[in-house]
Amino acid sequence: MQINIYLYILVMAGVTYLIRMLPLVAIRKEITNRFVKSFLYYVPYACLSAMTFPAMMLAPDSKIAGVVALFVGFLAAFKGKSLITVALCSCATVFVVERLLALL
Amino acid sequence: MKRKNFMQGMKDGIPIALGYFAVSFTFGMMAVSGGVGLWPTVLISLTNLTSAGQFAGLDIILAGGSLWEIALTQLVINLRYSLMSFSMSQKIADGGRIIHRFFVAFGMTDEIYGISASREGKVSPYYNYGAISVALPGWVLGTLIGGVLGNVLPGIVTSALNVAIYGMFLAIIIPPAKEKFSVRMVVVASMILAAIFHYAPYLSQVSSGFVIIIVALVVSGLAALIWPVEEGEERKDAD
Repeated sequence: MQINIYLYILVMAGVTYLIRMLPLVAIRKEITNRFVKSFLYYVPYACLSAMTFPAMMLAPDSKIAGVVALFVGFLAAFKGKSLITVALCSCATVFVVERLLALL
Repeated sequence: MKRKNFMQGMKDGIPIALGYFAVSFTFGMMAVSGGVGLWPTVLISLTNLTSAGQFAGLDIILAGGSLWEIALTQLVINLRYSLMSFSMSQKIADGGRIIHRFFVAFGMTDEIYGISASREGKVSPYYNYGAISVALPGWVLGTLIGGVLGNVLPGIVTSALNVAIYGMFLAIIIPPAKEKFSVRMVVVASMILAAIFHYAPYLSQVSSGFVIIIVALVVSGLAALIWPVEEGEERKDAD
């Protein structure tokens, strides 16, 4: 039996929205427990770090370009550049390195 | 204030939209060439706004899987959002209006969570709305154009755009890691653990959504035990 595409979309979107919505709506009180507060303080850094490495190296077609972009992005971020600047520096690095590699 | 927060959100949403464009372009291309119609494909991006979940869902749709299968897959891959929403539940300044939480929840992607979690102190829902107002069109337009143009845009451009979101993450995590020893340790430990999950035999079978959950739980939990945050410190350092 062929399942209607819109039924698939409804289930996908519904499950994804509930996962995002329930904790936000259910937990409205300020948490006072020190461990939980500390835990929540570190969560964003842990999440973002785990999402960035090693994924950033593997994202472009060429892994070499990915490694160089990671390095350049790290330097730009270390110097305190803005979100958009670091993002564009990383993209430009991949573009340039992949062009250079194509010449070899 | 609403306007200022909204504008700042839009500004920070630009690199997100760029990164989204590249990823959703690929999604649109794959879905349409796989046989899902153009408009249903665009509707998936408009209603789901999530990358890994959509790609996994697309596989199931193309294979003619069951609705249970697709529901369970979304649950597993996207469960990390509940952790992010839990974290954001403490940070959002809804002014007592619960309705804001329903709207903010829709845009709780890795990237929008990343920029709003890094704001100092409480975050206005209008900041999230600003970011969503730029990021969502980037995601949907990328899908549409990818579906229509297919292979016309040179791969070299999409390849470069793929790293935009990661560059942005670096800009969020590196400055506080520079300032604070505990954050530095969290960043390094999380990256090492994620790399182990990626490269080690057997562990590399774990889906990327679960890897993020495991890393976040283990590393943040340990860090909270070793370096508990002082009262008021989180405000100051959340910048």
